Amino acid sequence: MSKISPVLSAHWDEADSFTIEGYKRHGGYNAALKALAMEPDAVIAQIKDSGLRGRGGAGFPTGMKWSFIPQGDGKEHYLVVNADESEPGTCKDMPLLMANPHVLIEGMIIASYAIRANYAFIYIRGEVVHVVRRVQEAIAEAYKAGMLGKNIGGKGFDLELVLHIGAGAYICGEETALLDSLEGFRGQPRLRPPFPAIAGLYARPTVVNNVESIASVPAIIDRGNDWFQGMGTEKSKGFTLYSLSGHVTNPGQIEAPLGITLRELLELAGGVRVGHSLKFWTPGGSSTPLFTAEHLDVPLDYEGVAAAGSMLGTKALQIFDETTCVVRAVLRWTEFYKHESCGKCTPCREGTWWLVQMIRDLEAGKGTPADLDKLIDITNNIAGRSFCALADGAASPIISSIKYFRAEYEAHLTNGGCPFDPAKSTLFATVGQA
Amino acid sequence: MSTEITTDVEMITVVIDGFDVTVPKGTLVIRAAEKLGIQIPRFCDHPLLSPAGACRQCLVDIEINGRAFPKPQASCTIPVENGMIVKTQLTSEVADKAQKGIMELLLINHPLDCPVCDKGGECPLQNQAMSNGREVSRYEGVKRTYEKPTAISSQVLLDRERCVLCARCTRFSEEIAGDPFITLNERGALQQVGIYEKDPFRSYFSGNTVQICPVGALTGASYRFRSRPFDLVSTPSACEHCASGCAMRTDVRRGKTLRRLAGEDAEVNEEWNCDKGRWAFKYISSKERVTTPMVRGADGELHEASWPEALARAAAGLKGKRAGVLVGGRSTIEDSYAYAKFARIALNTNDIDFRARLHSDEEAAFLASIAAQITTTYRDLDKADHVVLVDFEPEDESPIVFLRLYKQVRKRGLKVSTVAPLASRGSQKLGATVLSSLTGLTLTEKSVILVGERAAETIGRFTAVASLASSSGAKVAWIPRRAGEFGALVAGALGNLLPGGRPVSDAAARVDIQTAWGVDALPVKEGKATWEILEAATDGRINAVVVGGVDPLDISAEALGQLLDTSTFVLSLEIAHSAITAIADVVLPVAAVSEKSGSFLNWEGRPRFFEKAITDSLTRSDTRILSALADEMGSPINLPSAKAVARELQAIGKWDGARASAPVVAPLSLPTPDGDHAILNSWRELLDLGTLQAGEENLAGTARPVEAVISAARAARLGVTTGDAITISTGRGSITLPARIGEIEESAIWLPRNSAGSQCIANLGAASGLVVKVAKA
Amino acid sequence: MCYSSEQIAIMDSIIARYPRKRSAIMPLLHFVQSISGFVTPEGIETIAEKLELSTAEVTAVSTFYTQYKSEPVGEYHVGICTNTLCAVMGGDAIFDAVSDHLDIANDEMTKDGKVSLERIECNAACDYAPVVMVNWEFFDNQTVQSVKDLVDGARAGNPPAPTRGPKTLRTWKENSAVLAGLSDGLSGEGPSAGGPSLLGLKLSKEGK
Repeated sequence: MSKISPVLSAHWDEADSFTIEGYKRHGGYNAALKALAMEPDAVIAQIKDSGLRGRGGAGFPTGMKWSFIPQGDGKEHYLVVNADESEPGTCKDMPLLMANPHVLIEGMIIASYAIRANYAFIYIRGEVVHVVRRVQEAIAEAYKAGMLGKNIGGKGFDLELVLHIGAGAYICGEETALLDSLEGFRGQPRLRPPFPAIAGLYARPTVVNNVESIASVPAIIDRGNDWFQGMGTEKSKGFTLYSLSGHVTNPGQIEAPLGITLRELLELAGGVRVGHSLKFWTPGGSSTPLFTAEHLDVPLDYEGVAAAGSMLGTKALQIFDETTCVVRAVLRWTEFYKHESCGKCTPCREGTWWLVQMIRDLEAGKGTPADLDKLIDITNNIAGRSFCALADGAASPIISSIKYFRAEYEAHLTNGGCPFDPAKSTLFATVGQA
Repeated sequence: MSTEITTDVEMITVVIDGFDVTVPKGTLVIRAAEKLGIQIPRFCDHPLLSPAGACRQCLVDIEINGRAFPKPQASCTIPVENGMIVKTQLTSEVADKAQKGIMELLLINHPLDCPVCDKGGECPLQNQAMSNGREVSRYEGVKRTYEKPTAISSQVLLDRERCVLCARCTRFSEEIAGDPFITLNERGALQQVGIYEKDPFRSYFSGNTVQICPVGALTGASYRFRSRPFDLVSTPSACEHCASGCAMRTDVRRGKTLRRLAGEDAEVNEEWNCDKGRWAFKYISSKERVTTPMVRGADGELHEASWPEALARAAAGLKGKRAGVLVGGRSTIEDSYAYAKFARIALNTNDIDFRARLHSDEEAAFLASIAAQITTTYRDLDKADHVVLVDFEPEDESPIVFLRLYKQVRKRGLKVSTVAPLASRGSQKLGATVLSSLTGLTLTEKSVILVGERAAETIGRFTAVASLASSSGAKVAWIPRRAGEFGALVAGALGNLLPGGRPVSDAAARVDIQTAWGVDALPVKEGKATWEILEAATDGRINAVVVGGVDPLDISAEALGQLLDTSTFVLSLEIAHSAITAIADVVLPVAAVSEKSGSFLNWEGRPRFFEKAITDSLTRSDTRILSALADEMGSPINLPSAKAVARELQAIGKWDGARASAPVVAPLSLPTPDGDHAILNSWRELLDLGTLQAGEENLAGTARPVEAVISAARAARLGVTTGDAITISTGRGSITLPARIGEIEESAIWLPRNSAGSQCIANLGAASGLVVKVAKA
Repeated sequence: MCYSSEQIAIMDSIIARYPRKRSAIMPLLHFVQSISGFVTPEGIETIAEKLELSTAEVTAVSTFYTQYKSEPVGEYHVGICTNTLCAVMGGDAIFDAVSDHLDIANDEMTKDGKVSLERIECNAACDYAPVVMVNWEFFDNQTVQSVKDLVDGARAGNPPAPTRGPKTLRTWKENSAVLAGLSDGLSGEGPSAGGPSLLGLKLSKEGK
């Protein structure tokens, strides 16, 4: 059997895949009509039973999240889709929305119906104008086709869908920061409890799901749980988008059952770029602790990656070969976290500011090996101390890189600077060699 | 007033550092620890603000029913739970390391300018860095710097580099004051407190942010670099500015008040006060202070005199005369009582009135029948189902009442209505429904009517309040603007009332007081009101007046002229030279609040005691002076001190006999002005030209813009828009101000009553109810 | 205020999208940028008035998000990804070269007002690294030379088309209007997906 299972991406190669005609040609919106004929609780039950877990990083069971919404409470409920995709290395939701926005809209109809929401939002990051255009137009098409608005598909269900466009803030991918941002505030995380399921958007029960999670729903409704559970591993069911980037011969998106390994994916992608070898990689974006070549056979599902000391995250597989300086890579990520720290809490705000200075010095070869221990200690004073997980993410590449590449840090100190030639890592260098 | 003990709250027992503590459900861990005397360090936490969890300084280890949290938790955000075991820095190495780590991070960008910082010596960051920080910092980098200080208003300065971004100030402004004019701007390490450049932090409550700032980031312009906290002597005090009754603290160095802070009183002002209470105290050290007794000589000028000489002149001027007494509304209850007793015994008259402002006979009847017996409290506002404001603007006229109402509006959507011609900024913040009258309003026993002193300016209003209260069972409170009025009412500084709310007209009531005072008889005839006393002074029915702290322009444009009659003897007891001292025959200097001890009764009738803050002051209280004067006149009142007054008042107690009857006055319908005219309405804004605000320019800088509010229709008719100048005129004079289009009755116009460029009584001859001409300037 | 009645009507329509009006603050700020190129005092004051907020509250929001600019940017705002992966793949080299070429630093604008430069964070196109965004349109798999050509073209008034986007590169202000939620009718232009997006699909069709 093929290791690859294009579901969401099955028709991306068609010129009109992003239009409602293109979507309907392959049975688009049938799942929504099917779901609208079911009891809402039955929809929740099916998604719960399917084993679908969140594809945005944390892997929380999607159906269970839906079931937390109090029913019969007389309050408005909201569905909010997190399309703020900003985790470094993560690049799955944007191509999905560019090529097939309707699958998200269909999933949102089903999810909103299940949780009894009549108002739904897509919070999309603002730095992707063309993706915005595609989603905007798809929403307009769906309204015209009677799949949004009043009495959807003649089934008596109403849903208003609003596209909300961000303005550049990684922290808004954190669900409570996203809600504050959507309410018109600075995107800073909220205290929990209350959790969004009880008091989310406008203090009403709210489900916040990742794009890919919701986009996976129509296929599950359409083809059934047996089909879905036929893919994946025991606790990580189904298919997902793996994103390969960096020093790989053919970077790109591969939709495959959960549990595939990097070795298998690299084989499919033509391996690490010619003449080079794998040095380190991220399993799910920069906030997940680094892996090395010794982790090539770790099953890329929620449990497998966790057991090996990292997180599946967004399945953003950033591949770096031996030409890459790990200190430079980590510095750049740390600068990212400093830039994106929302500023609310001390350890993240002040800590990332300090970490950047320390790692800059190390990269420049200033300091002593004792400074590495200081770096670890300060990092540990930040991780697990902050308001949200952003600072934990900032700590991941630092701690994991020192664990695997301490000698390389020390080499910077003995060398009085970085021993690597950055030119050798570039895409143009590859082009030059080919 | 009763301190309520709520018993229906579930109690929860937790273990903190090995000790059991039982607290009400919902209590935060950090506060449960306080109960045990365990101090967990903190910055962003404040018991009256919503939890933020931002500074992370209060991290502790927690387990619940054997399950430990994987990482330390912010004790300021976690409520106690059954089965919870908490280990603070005292018993957990993890918590201790976490706290030291956070403190190190807080200090990496904090300038070590403690030696020149106002906060040095009373700084939570300084103190907790010593108690819960590392010995040395490992930071070797460059500190973040900003231009400093920046003035976010004329009275609050911001040093951003000292700020630890705890968001206390921004939360206060939004949650407590409803003035979100300072915000956290930018992001991450560049996050900083700021204003929108063109709109300063113009909040009546901004000083509280200075007080709760846990570092020296926010400082008061008037206090900056003036003193070290350890050189100050602090005295608990009470605010003399309004009837809210704030507990205060007065800090004095070498005989000079350097600053005043909000004191704590959970029943009254919680931990807040307004900027007037905090910063308007320079009048004490004004150059205009009267420092010695003065008597008018044959040359017509005032000359310094000795106390014996001045008292003798005063006694001679009063003895045997038909005298009246005008007591300003700023007297302490002790001083008001002394005036009340002095009038009855030394002057043998009930012609005494504390209402140095617009007033009416209907009001006097309301005060005697209802106000003197009021028991409504702040707690009643907390529980009210509906609060109705009647001719009362709490944000301007009793700011802590405003804060209390705003708290309930935010917390539970308290319903507020206001009988007013327009939706003021305060009303808008309270979401108040604007009513033109009380007609048709349905209230319950849980409703509260707050009626202001300006109700006297609308005929029939007090009658309507009394009748609505009696038909609905709603509670009533009378909230005068000045701190001394309620006390003056209770002290009997009113023509129809003796001390304790005793009607002059009631023989039994008079007997009570005769007995207490040891006199054979008291004057029987009800006394004149302020306006009648002044009128009587012009026609000779009265030929001597004792004036204690009154600005005649507060009463009417004619008042001063009415006292000018040379045949009328005027004795002025004043702290500073004024229009009255300028015409007085004898001027006796009196002590300001910080120079004496005493008390006010706030609008609840709650005593607000204060001690003498400037302990070496030689100035004397009105009480002491009146007592000496009565001796000099041979009619002793035997009140050598405030304590003596307190003893007498205590012994006299409240009247439990028949009350005077409530007023019955039919309302007058207002004239309908034509399109070029409007009915004038005004009140005094909190920050204006009030005499006690003299000399404090920084405070004055945050007064609201002086504008005339007109309706959109009138603006269209006049061809003006917001910002354009309009002229409001009467036969007496005119005022020209920028217009502001607001939600105001079509026929009305509103002006600030006593602000720069808008002094209604002096400029227009009236403050409300009058038809004025309005034209484009 | 200096906005036309048409512009005010658009603002009202943006506010009407939401159950609570404060939510409209972000699209309104994008809309202000579509008119002025950056967040102007008039913009802040108008939004504050429309949403019944203080000007400070609007400032707090506008300064939080990096896409809102407090000063003018170029007609073509060039964002070069220098987050780790793109930086390693050539983003650093591109940034340095283009910065030299234009003689402007990060967050600066050429004197003609045509091009401004910004180091940007990960833009969710890592499989196309190194990535450059112009007015938030994708320019995939860039090289030093391709970006020099790009900025030269932009300054000359004929910038190249985005890799995955409309046929003609739109200006900063025009794209800001799209971010305010206003359609420009160009969604149909450009490919459904770029090559790397189709990697798995292609392999599957090859039977792998």
